Amino acid sequence: MVKKISLLIVDDEESVRDSLFNWFIEDGYHVECAENAKKALSMLESEDFDIILADIKMPGMDGLEMLRRIKFLKKDAIVIVMTAFATVDTAVQALKDGAYDYVTKPFDPDDLSHLIRNASKQIYLTEENEALKEKVIALENVEDLIGRSKEMVKVLKQVEHVAQSDSSVIITGESGTGKELIAKAIHSNSQRKFFPLVCVHCGALTESLLESELFGHEKGAFTGAMYNRKGRFEMADGGTIFLDEIATISTKMQIELLRVLESKSFIRVGGNKEIRSDFRVICATNRDLKKMVEQGTFREDLYYRLNVVNIHIPPLRERIEDIPLLVDYFINKYCTSMNRPLITIDAAALRRLEEFDFPGNVRELENMIERAIVIGNGKEIRLKDLPLGKEVIDSSVESLDDHEKLHIYQILNKYRWNITRSAKALKVDRVTLYKKIKKYGLKPAE
Amino acid sequence: MDLQHITLISFGYIEKDFLEKIAEDVRREYILPVKIREGHLDLSEFHDPARRQYNGNNLLKVVDSMFSSESLKILGLFSVDLFIPILTYIFGQAYLNGRTGIASFHRFNNERYGMKKDDKIMLDRFRKEVIHELGHTFGLIHCHVPTCVMRSSTYVEDIDQKSPNLCITCRTKLGK
Repeated sequence: MVKKISLLIVDDEESVRDSLFNWFIEDGYHVECAENAKKALSMLESEDFDIILADIKMPGMDGLEMLRRIKFLKKDAIVIVMTAFATVDTAVQALKDGAYDYVTKPFDPDDLSHLIRNASKQIYLTEENEALKEKVIALENVEDLIGRSKEMVKVLKQVEHVAQSDSSVIITGESGTGKELIAKAIHSNSQRKFFPLVCVHCGALTESLLESELFGHEKGAFTGAMYNRKGRFEMADGGTIFLDEIATISTKMQIELLRVLESKSFIRVGGNKEIRSDFRVICATNRDLKKMVEQGTFREDLYYRLNVVNIHIPPLRERIEDIPLLVDYFINKYCTSMNRPLITIDAAALRRLEEFDFPGNVRELENMIERAIVIGNGKEIRLKDLPLGKEVIDSSVESLDDHEKLHIYQILNKYRWNITRSAKALKVDRVTLYKKIKKYGLKPAE
Repeated sequence: MDLQHITLISFGYIEKDFLEKIAEDVRREYILPVKIREGHLDLSEFHDPARRQYNGNNLLKVVDSMFSSESLKILGLFSVDLFIPILTYIFGQAYLNGRTGIASFHRFNNERYGMKKDDKIMLDRFRKEVIHELGHTFGLIHCHVPTCVMRSSTYVEDIDQKSPNLCITCRTKLGK
């Protein structure tokens, strides 16, 4: 339902107030009047008006002074100033002070209606914009960061705090603790959220590839460089660059990176033009960078440049109270993506999970739950559905059927549910594979 | 006293035939008996020499105070150019949810816009304006339906676009 726009008319002449009151009330607006600026300001303190129509020449406080005070009280208030004595100076001053528009009395009826209609449209658009932004924020709000433990609450608070600044951040934590999720959360809650978050897995690239990946390259810079290509720093302009496994980069790249971070400018590989980019850096590592600095394998200056804020994510074994929450979350996630009814976990299985030390952290727990849903009985996760530290192949899966079901599921996933290729790998014909899929109720994860 | 009727009061000379046609349209639209009578006011008191127009606010107040006790709704009909202090002109105005309204056909004549005189068009515009202002006295506000008589009209072309009837939504509101 469209809200009713409220108008406050401020004019010392009763006839003007009456005229405007009658005119706007017929248009369906909520209208109130004040005979001077003082009364208007006091009304504005107790009631929120969308549009204020104010005369400039009034005894006591004039319209321009009132405009300044209204703007001080409510920065985005829409104030339209009216006058019977138009001068360019007052018009310019009113607009400089933040008036929405400036009109000379008497107005053409059509102009007045248009003016208010346009102002109303702006109000609706502003409100719609705010509502949409809130929706976007709600959507992006760290949905995968689950945890009620003291340690995780501390991390989440740090994320919230750090997101508001533009400082470089190093996220440390064991493998599988969710360092990339934290980087996403910082970005999504920062001023840069409407610009890209560019992720680079430094450990996966050789030195030359990483250089080209980060800085981009010009056509012909090296064999195979057929086109000009933007680098990740350039792509991250306005947003955030996330450098995962920062400890793996070479000494040469460390020097290059330090230079880029200091100047926020770089040159593409094979190019000669300096490119500027405004980005924020978030790094992650599972190594002890401080120790690497002491050992001389990581540059001290780069370390201090990156380590403005350090967020350490505790391993899962140090926040056991988060395990039931995470289990619920992953059951919900995978049952939904596999189109299955929601299942539960039996008490013994949950207890064992809480006792387990999870060397692979949250990632390991997530994989365990996914697997248990696939091979389980479809009602609850039992102790025997959980590998708990054993290799999947040696798991507590007891029956031959369970082994067959799990193996087929893994092969199907490996070949992206291509039946022909999966059947070939399993050395059965396609009809047999279809029958098995039907028998075990296997479905691809969405 | 029977107050269940609408009274159209003409101030200044308006042809009887013209008034009767309007009264018939009003009766059909609001399904109430309509009376026509003449009113006498010294319009010079309402004349603004600087604007060479007549003050609609003051006219509305006087018509309301002098005649509103006579019937359920009254509408003062004028031939002079009306204004309110804040606007360059008005076709008419009324008290929302009140008893009284005023309307003028001064700006409805095609000759005013450099075209050939056309009494039929003038009558058509005036009856729409009368029904529109009476609608306000019944509590109806401006309507967004393009053909509804309660749509806001600031130019004669706007009046020509709409019909002389209330839309279903306005009629339903009127019924309540």
